[in-house]
Amino acid sequence: MFNRLSRFAAGIALVAVVASACSSTAATPTVAPATPAPTPVVTPVVTPVVTPVASAPASVAAAVVTLKGGITGSVVVIPKNLGNAYFDAGYVGIQKAATVFGGTPSQAAPAKGGDPTAQIPFIQTATTQKAKAILVSAEDATAIAPALTAAKAQGVKVVMWDSNSKPGAYDIFVNQADTAGIGKGLAQMACDTAPSCTGEIAILSAGQTATNQNAWIAAMAESMKDPKFAGLKLVATVYGNDVAADSTAQAQALIAAHPNLKVIVSPTSVGVLAAAQVVQSKKLIGKVAVVGLGTPKTMQAYILDGTAPEVELWNTIDLGYLAYAVAAGLVSGEIKGTVGEQFIVPTINGGKPYTIGADNTIILGDPLIFNKDNIAQFAKDLPF
Amino acid sequence: MTLDTKGGGQDHAGSATTNSPIAALAPLVRWESLLLIILVATILIGNWASGDFLTGLNFSNSINNAMEVAIMALAMTPIIITGDIDLSVQSMVGLSGAVMGVLWGGLTPLGYVPLPLAIAVALLVGVIGGLFNGVLVTRWGLPALVVTLGTLALYHGLAQVLLGTNVVTNFPAGYTDFAFKNIPGTFVPWTFPTFLILAVIFYAVLHRTWLGRQIFAIGKNKSAARYSGVRVGSMRTALFVVAGLIAAIAGVILALRFDSVRSSNGANMTLTVVTLAVLGGVDINGGKGTIMGVVLAVLTLAAVQSVLRLVGVSAYIEAAVGFLLIFSVTAPLVARRSRDLVNRVRLGGQSPSAGQAARNVAPSRGGGV
Repeated sequence: MFNRLSRFAAGIALVAVVASACSSTAATPTVAPATPAPTPVVTPVVTPVVTPVASAPASVAAAVVTLKGGITGSVVVIPKNLGNAYFDAGYVGIQKAATVFGGTPSQAAPAKGGDPTAQIPFIQTATTQKAKAILVSAEDATAIAPALTAAKAQGVKVVMWDSNSKPGAYDIFVNQADTAGIGKGLAQMACDTAPSCTGEIAILSAGQTATNQNAWIAAMAESMKDPKFAGLKLVATVYGNDVAADSTAQAQALIAAHPNLKVIVSPTSVGVLAAAQVVQSKKLIGKVAVVGLGTPKTMQAYILDGTAPEVELWNTIDLGYLAYAVAAGLVSGEIKGTVGEQFIVPTINGGKPYTIGADNTIILGDPLIFNKDNIAQFAKDLPF
Repeated sequence: MTLDTKGGGQDHAGSATTNSPIAALAPLVRWESLLLIILVATILIGNWASGDFLTGLNFSNSINNAMEVAIMALAMTPIIITGDIDLSVQSMVGLSGAVMGVLWGGLTPLGYVPLPLAIAVALLVGVIGGLFNGVLVTRWGLPALVVTLGTLALYHGLAQVLLGTNVVTNFPAGYTDFAFKNIPGTFVPWTFPTFLILAVIFYAVLHRTWLGRQIFAIGKNKSAARYSGVRVGSMRTALFVVAGLIAAIAGVILALRFDSVRSSNGANMTLTVVTLAVLGGVDINGGKGTIMGVVLAVLTLAAVQSVLRLVGVSAYIEAAVGFLLIFSVTAPLVARRSRDLVNRVRLGGQSPSAGQAARNVAPSRGGGV
């Protein structure tokens, strides 16, 4: 009897669903008009991303707004993954900004990185819970784009920071530094630390599809076309998924497979730390140099003992602060997110105005290079 | 090991105590009823835990995310009922997407293939993959577990070879809208009625036709089925072909939903698919299972995942899936043992299990060939 009852109940549910679908007033979906079919975009994973110049021509005489925010409601921060010191530092800045601009920040992200689609449920949950804004650092540019677009359609402000998605899927992208500049910096650091700027180098990156890392790697490849880098040979690019164990294994494999390796370039704080640990434990200081993007506190010891002679980064706390301020500005309506708009965020950038550039992008500022001479001061000032 | 309390839609070894009042209650304790109770309880808990649970948006997201594994679970059910398994479905998801992507994306010497044709070829690849599985399992007699473990790796490797490090994106809006959006004016995603239609077809074939009876017969006793005139080999192969085709469909939908073709599409899906089937009451040893149970399992799993996400403990989702899997295997065993215990008390000493065991000694399972 209960078997029939459960079938009956499910049948009713089915009818209800179908009825609700059919009772919609919308007509049958229309067939798309005969526009030319969109051409497929085939992107190699190492995708050259054209980074816009920060400032657009200031021909529009719009007022420069000083952001005050004053918002309420939840702002959900969705980094690539949790437990990452880099994103934790960003979150410190976000929380600082929340005390100034209002709103309630919270973090929600996959436990580990590397999966391009893992952020989607978090974006959808934030949308369902009617968050005012989401701050997303994309593990993959295209996979999350439909979910971001759906969030925008529901009135959620979408601010990308650190790693971007597709244009059109977000309101504003807060880039930490000029992409071409970061790439050039990576190439320069490899040149500085390889003997006479000559030798084999390898790249230990994060997720295979990570937008920002791939953009920097592409920019680095572009810079290395310069004849002064002609002596450097890139022999391998491997991916550690921003997971410590995977990154360590990849670093060990690199050293084992390439006995003449001179430099490991790692454009991710997890990877550069793992590579430095491996080089130190294998007693290869001075034979294999580690450079890349790393956080000052964690890399301080390795910079001082020569494992990682040069490491680059930006003020991640400020990056989080700026991203939150921009989100608050969008929610409060102080800025609309259109190209050419100018605004000031007090305490960031020395009070100088930001201008929204092409592809709705703003740039935090210049990167900082840490080395033996300045790391002590930086580690003190930047507690991450 | 017979798990009698799982509804099989088939007659099973009746309880040894047909006169006991407990026996009268037995039909109530069917697996689907329990699943329905769990589903309703999850919905109530979800509504209590979060005001956003019973919203159209949440329904749309939660269901849409589950539809690929859902249709694969439908196709997995008859395979498990016949006593086989297909672990390669997750790799076929990736491979079919890869085939569609490289054809449409112009990565082959054939140039830019129109998308409908690329999809058709992807589905054909699913059929061929399923056929390959089926032939190895039936013609060559290799264990399905081992064969499909091998094709799990093989198909994934093929996808990686086809795509390299490329990612194909920017599919036409009409196609991605089908995979991602709702029916206009409602909160029901397009993929949901697709799943329901497939569920009705599988239900009709499995529970209402002679084909379905053959499938159950193969699961209960292969030799007996063969002597009864069932074409066991052809049937098992056909089921693998169907699973391959459905996995290919799921792969196409997945690629469109993410608007990107990657060789890693479909990773880790096999676990969820098998969990859905087992949670739905399909006996992993074969011979029992219902489509209704699998549909309820899909809804239950989607609801549980949604509640965990809304409450903010999505890190526990994998643990929850594992728990549901273990629960669905042990609960019937516990229920049967406790029923036996109660019956033993009532009958005063004579162990019904002894009678049961005597019946189980006979070669046929489930009472009667």
